[in-house]
Amino acid sequence: MNKMIKWALVLVAVGGAFYFGFNLKEGQSTRGVIVTTSDNPLFAGGSETTLGTTASTGKVIEVRDGENIQNAVNVANAGDTVAVYPGTYKETVYVDKDGITLSGVIVGGEWPKLDGEGVKNDAILYSGNNVTVENFHISKYKGNGVFGQAGNNFVIRNNIVDDAGVYGIFPQYGKNGIISGNVLSNIADAAIYVGMSDNIDVIANEVFDSVAGIEIENTRHALVEGNYVHDNTGGILVFIMPGLPLKTTYDVIIRRNFIVNNNHPNFGAPGSAVAGIPAGSGIVIVASDDVVIEDNIITGNNSYGIGTTDFGFFKSNDKDVEPNPDRLVILNNVMSNNGEDAAPLIKSLMALQMTSKGPDIADSGAGVDKCILNPGQYRTVGLSNYYTCDFASSTSYATRTMTLSEPAPAFKLEGASAEDFERELGRHTYYGICSGCHLDDDVLIGPSVAEIQDQYLGDLEGMSTADVREEVDYAAKAISDYIANPVRVREHLPPMPTQNYLSEQTRVAAAKFMLSRNKKLPMLRKEK
Amino acid sequence: MWQVGPKIKHASAVITASFFVGAMTVPAAYVKPSDDPAFTLKTHCPPSFHLTEDNSCQFSNMYMMYKSLENVGTGGLRKGIPDPRDGFTPQEIDLGRYLFFDPALSKDGSMSCASCHDPDMGFADNRARSIGITGEEVSRSAPTLWNSSFLNIYFWDGRAASYEEQMLGPLYAENEMGNTREHLLETLNGIPEYIRLFKQVYDSDGISLDQVYTALAAFEGSLISLNSRYDQYAHGYHAALSEKEIAGLNVFRSFVARCAECHTPPLFTNQQIAVIGTPEPEGMRRDIGAEAVDGDKTLRGGFKVPTLRNITKTTPYMHSGRFETLRDAIEFYNKGRGHAVGKDEELEIHWHIHEPDLTDDELDLIVAFLGTLTDENFKPETPKSVPSGLPLAPASANDI
Repeated sequence: MNKMIKWALVLVAVGGAFYFGFNLKEGQSTRGVIVTTSDNPLFAGGSETTLGTTASTGKVIEVRDGENIQNAVNVANAGDTVAVYPGTYKETVYVDKDGITLSGVIVGGEWPKLDGEGVKNDAILYSGNNVTVENFHISKYKGNGVFGQAGNNFVIRNNIVDDAGVYGIFPQYGKNGIISGNVLSNIADAAIYVGMSDNIDVIANEVFDSVAGIEIENTRHALVEGNYVHDNTGGILVFIMPGLPLKTTYDVIIRRNFIVNNNHPNFGAPGSAVAGIPAGSGIVIVASDDVVIEDNIITGNNSYGIGTTDFGFFKSNDKDVEPNPDRLVILNNVMSNNGEDAAPLIKSLMALQMTSKGPDIADSGAGVDKCILNPGQYRTVGLSNYYTCDFASSTSYATRTMTLSEPAPAFKLEGASAEDFERELGRHTYYGICSGCHLDDDVLIGPSVAEIQDQYLGDLEGMSTADVREEVDYAAKAISDYIANPVRVREHLPPMPTQNYLSEQTRVAAAKFMLSRNKKLPMLRKEK
Repeated sequence: MWQVGPKIKHASAVITASFFVGAMTVPAAYVKPSDDPAFTLKTHCPPSFHLTEDNSCQFSNMYMMYKSLENVGTGGLRKGIPDPRDGFTPQEIDLGRYLFFDPALSKDGSMSCASCHDPDMGFADNRARSIGITGEEVSRSAPTLWNSSFLNIYFWDGRAASYEEQMLGPLYAENEMGNTREHLLETLNGIPEYIRLFKQVYDSDGISLDQVYTALAAFEGSLISLNSRYDQYAHGYHAALSEKEIAGLNVFRSFVARCAECHTPPLFTNQQIAVIGTPEPEGMRRDIGAEAVDGDKTLRGGFKVPTLRNITKTTPYMHSGRFETLRDAIEFYNKGRGHAVGKDEELEIHWHIHEPDLTDDELDLIVAFLGTLTDENFKPETPKSVPSGLPLAPASANDI
C-alpha cells in the first residue's frame, strides 16, 4: 500500500476498519480506488473478518445533490454500488434486495448528508443480505439512522450519525456483520444497538452524548473492540431484554475500549430500557453469559466502572429467560476515578461498605463461575463469589473477530448443487403456490399435472436420459413463459392467474418440479 | 364497516335463537340416521402440503428456503418461518374438516368450531366478543386460525402450547360450546358415519377423544395464508405493492411506529406476550390477561401478539374488540404510552409503546400496507353437510 493511499485511508475513513471505493469518472477528484484491508490490526475488525473486503462486481449508479437516492436503489441489482455525492438528501432510503452498497462520496471534506428534518422516521432501512452503508452524514431522524431488519453480512462503516430519535445504528435479526468507524452523538437511546443478531463486530467507533453508547442485546457472538465511548449516560451495555423471541445473550468480548466519563444525565424516553440506567455507568451487564472484559480503559464514570446484575433489573419478567449473568470474566483493565459522584441508588448500596464513593466494579451477586484478575487493585462490591481467573485459559486474545470466515448463507441449502437448489426451489414454489389449483391426477381448479405433462412433453419412450432432460428443459421454459402471461385454453376451467411475480428462475424450477411429478420421469425424481 | 347499532340488534337476535335451540332436549339429528350419502375423505393433501409415500402431508413453502436466527422463524422479509404442525394424513385432515364444521361437537348441536372461526370471516366471527352456547358474549374475541399451524402459544393470554391443549377450552367451557367429554364421546360414537370415518382414518373400533383432537388439529394446521401481495414483495417482486403500500410498509417497520418489532414478518407475530394497555369496551372491567395464567403481575393486561395476516378480514380489533376499524386500532398506538390505562391501574407497559407522534397520513399508510397481507386463496371448502346430519351451524352467529 503506498503512502498516498494510506493517508487517504486515515483521513477519509475517519478511523474506519477498511475501505472500499470505486472508480470515479474522469475529471473527478481525489478518491482513489482502494480495495484492501487496513494493516492496523485494531481497525481491521479483529483483523480477520472477511466482510467488506471484496470489490463490488456490479455497476456504479451515481446520485448527485438534488437527485433521489431511492430511485438509484430501485434500479440497482445485486453487486451494484449507489454512489452518493455531497449534497443534502431528505428521504428514507430502503433496500429490500441483496448485495447493494450505498456509498457516500466525500469530496474535499464535504459529505453527502441525509437530513430527516425531525420529521422523517428512519434514514436507511435494509432487509437485504450483503448490504453496505458507508460514508454518510445522517442527522435529525425521528427513528434510527441505519436500521437493518434481517439482512446477513452487513457492513455499516464510516458514517456520522447525530441527533437520532431512537438508535443511531441498529441491525436486528442479522447474522455476520461489522459496524466500524462510525461517529455517533446525541442519540436518545443507544448510539449503536446490536439487537437479536449473531456474529457481530463493533469496532473503532466513537459514541458520545447519548443515553447508551453501545448496546449488545439478545445477541450471541459479539466483539466490541477499540471504541471510544465517552460522555454517555451508560457506556457499554450487554443485556437480555424480556419479551423478545430470542432469549439469550452470550459470548461477548469487550476489549480495548476507552470507556470514559459516561456521566450524561439520562434523557431516555420514559419506559425505554435505558431510562433506568444511572448516569455515570461505564459497563452494564444484565443476565448475559460468557462476557469477557479485557484491556479496557474505564475511567471517570461517576457511578461505577462495571456493574453486573440479573434479570430483575427489568420491571417485566420473561419466564423463558435464564436470569443470571454466568461465567463473567474480568481481566486486565485500567480503572480509575470511577464512582466519584454515584447515583443515589449506588450510594445507598455503598453506604453498607462505609463509603460514599461508587465502585469500580459492582455485582449484585447473581450468577456462577465468574472470575476476575487482580481484584485487589479495584474498589469493588459484591464480588465475594468470584474466583481468580487463570489468564491463559480466560484471555480473549485468540478471538480476532466474531464474524464468520465465510458469508452467512441466505438460504438453508448451504453448498447445494445448482440442480439440488433448483429442485428445492421448485418443490417449495410448486406446493406453496401451484398446489392451490393443481393435483397430480385430477382436476382441482386447474388441469391435472398429468394433463399438463401430456400437453408439454411428447412421447419420451426410448429416449436417452440426456434427451429427456433436454425435452424437460424446453417444456419447463415454455410453461414458465405461459404462466407469466397465461391465456385461457380450457373453456371449462377458470382462467389461470398470472404468475409473473415469480422470477423466471423460480417459474422454471416450479415447472420442472411439476413435470417431475410424472411417473414417466423417474430420473428427475429424488423424493422419497 | 361495522356500526354499533346493528351489532346490538344482531346480538339480541342470536340470544333468542340460541335459547330456542337450547330448549330442545335432544338434537333431532342424533337419533335418526343421516340422509346424506356416505362421506368420502380426500386422498390428497390440502394446498401447501405434499403427500409422502407413507401417506403423510408435509408442509412446503418458499419461506422454508430461508434461514432465521436460532430457527425462531421470525425476523424480516426473507427469513424462515417456524416449523408448522404437519405430518397428518390427507384423510385425517379431511375428517378434521368435517368435525370442525359439525355442530355435534357442542352440547346441544347448535354450534360448531366454525361458528366463531368462520372461514368467510377470516376464521373469526366479526364480533367484538364471541357468542357462546348460552347466547351470551364471552369475554374475548375469536382469533383467526390462519397460520396457527406455526404458533407455539394459543389463546389471547397464551395459556396453551398446542392445538390439543387449546381446543379443550372452547369445547368444554360452559359458556362456549358447553360440552363435556362424556357427552362428546357419546354423541360421536352414536353417529354411524363418524364411526366408519374414524375407523377408516385410525383403524379403531369406536372413537376416542384423542382421535377427535388430533383430527381437529390436523385441519387447523392446514390453514395456510402465505401468498399475499406482501409475500410477492418479500420474495422479490417489488411491483406487487403500490408506492403508497411500500410507504406504508416503511412506516410499519420504522422505529418510530415500531409495528414490526412485535408483528414481525413473516408471520407478523413474534409470539410474545405484550402489555400494551388497550382500553376495554365501555362498561367492561379490565381483562388482566396473562397475569391470570401464572400470577405474574408484570404481565398484567398482557396478551399474545396476534398475527396481522388477513387482518382486514377480522374486524373488530384487540382482545375484546374495542376498536371497530384498523385505523382506530392503529391510532391507539399513536395516542401515547398508557393513555388508556386508567389512574387506578398499574401496568408494566411494553417499552415499544411510546409517543410515536405519527401523522394522520402515516396512520393511513399503515392501513394501506396491512391490506396487502390478505390472502385467502387456500380457504378450505365448507362441507355442504356433516356426518351428524345436523344442519350446519349458522355461518356465524351474527348472520341470523
